[in-house]
Amino acid sequence: MTVRWIRAALAAALVGALGLTGCGGADEPAGPDVAGPVTVFAAASLTESFTRLGKEYEAAHPGSSVTFNFGGSSGLATQITQGAPADVFAAASPATMKTVTDAGDATGEPAVLVRNQLVVAVPRGNPARVGGLADLARPGVKVALCAEQVPCGAAARTAVDAAGVRLTPATLEQDVKGALAKLRLGEVDAALVYRTDVRAAPGLDAVEFPESARAVNDYPIVVLRAAGNPAGARAFVDFVRSDAGLAVLTAAGFQAPPGG
Amino acid sequence: MSRTVRRQRVPIALLVPAGLGLTFLVLPLAGLLLRAPWTTLPRRLTEPGVLTALRLSLETATVATLLCVVLGVPLAWLLARVEFPGRRLVRALVTVPLVLPPVVGGVALLLVFGRRGLIGSWLDETFGVTLPFTTAGVVLAEAFVAMPFLVIAVEGALRGADPRYEEAAATLGAGRFTTFTRVTLPLVAPGVAAGAVLCWARALGEFGATITFAGNYPGRTQTMPLAVYLALETDLQAAIVLSLILLTVSVVILAALRDRWVGST
Repeated sequence: MTVRWIRAALAAALVGALGLTGCGGADEPAGPDVAGPVTVFAAASLTESFTRLGKEYEAAHPGSSVTFNFGGSSGLATQITQGAPADVFAAASPATMKTVTDAGDATGEPAVLVRNQLVVAVPRGNPARVGGLADLARPGVKVALCAEQVPCGAAARTAVDAAGVRLTPATLEQDVKGALAKLRLGEVDAALVYRTDVRAAPGLDAVEFPESARAVNDYPIVVLRAAGNPAGARAFVDFVRSDAGLAVLTAAGFQAPPGG
Repeated sequence: MSRTVRRQRVPIALLVPAGLGLTFLVLPLAGLLLRAPWTTLPRRLTEPGVLTALRLSLETATVATLLCVVLGVPLAWLLARVEFPGRRLVRALVTVPLVLPPVVGGVALLLVFGRRGLIGSWLDETFGVTLPFTTAGVVLAEAFVAMPFLVIAVEGALRGADPRYEEAAATLGAGRFTTFTRVTLPLVAPGVAAGAVLCWARALGEFGATITFAGNYPGRTQTMPLAVYLALETDLQAAIVLSLILLTVSVVILAALRDRWVGST
């Protein structure tokens, strides 16, 4: 008698579980099972887009909340490998993502979310008349770059080398927002930053240059192994990779991933 | 000088938190030593970037300390010896950089000494001098953050000094400046030295105001704390090595100065 009861209960539980998974795998990504907090570590250049996507995600998933930690991707990667509590990592370069996957802190293969390209950011109206990378080497033109340790700096180094320009920057900032801040404060005349950063910053113009095509950054995103809320983390990644999410990202100036 | 030492049992209620406090302060340093890559240490120490950053750190901290002594000792004297309206407010203002987050200090410095700043724009137009992204800018940022330490230490020493020596000098006909240089200063010299050491240590460790105001460029504005932070972005081992060097240098110099000038207790 008792055995039969237990069997019945197990069967009911199994059916319930199957039903739930079926439901989660179907068209409806939203559901009560992905509620709860999600902590996202993301590259500084994703600040504006992800903040907006986080709000949209919270609206679409009642009971959920998204917390962001934006910063230089390499520093974020170090924090993650040192055990920082994060559910999702979105990096500005495959190299910084590799730090995390090599340490075994990611689940599965990272997916390429978007790509980003460098531009020369100048104050509106381009008072220093910067037309390309070569102008940045002119005497009297102060330039802020990212440090080579972070992705925007590595990309800047590649682009500058590709252009064959000998450039002595005024400062090498710890992330792209630092370089941008020095420009917005008027302390430098130009900064090599991502196209998306210029779009997000009022009062700045972007000067495109051909060599930036040599230094396009892929932005990989992955759910972390130590995620406290794996279901929520997966749902967030799916959300930003959905058509609606990509629309927000491309509107910010990112390029859709290759073949995506 | 005989002191009565009362041999009583130390209360557990004080001993336990004291022990925990000590552990809390020492453990992170021990962690640094335990995780240090000792085998590759010699090779990493001789990397050119390391010595450049170390030299820049030592130089800027020393110049900043000199600046703080030249400006801070008279300021401390003013606060301790001259009655004037609003003295309490001035004292409060002097200590603001102590409680201000250094990054905020850096932004404030940019708004005043930056290329578009109140004084900075005048400096740029008149003399063609810009302070951000220069070694002078590093000194300025360090002095801004470190000067309150010196002022507070020296003011405390002045308040603790016996005013009768100064009064005696005055009755013998010495002016206030003569009294200051011939009587007051020698009297509070240990206090000035202690303040200068504190000031130097604070300047050596300065990070936030420096990276905000002076930026980061190797050989020009990249001091050791900045180098540590950037190394942390990619190479944890290098960051540990740099931290160890900074720790060793500051401990050795502070210990040496303490024995020589400040008098150990």
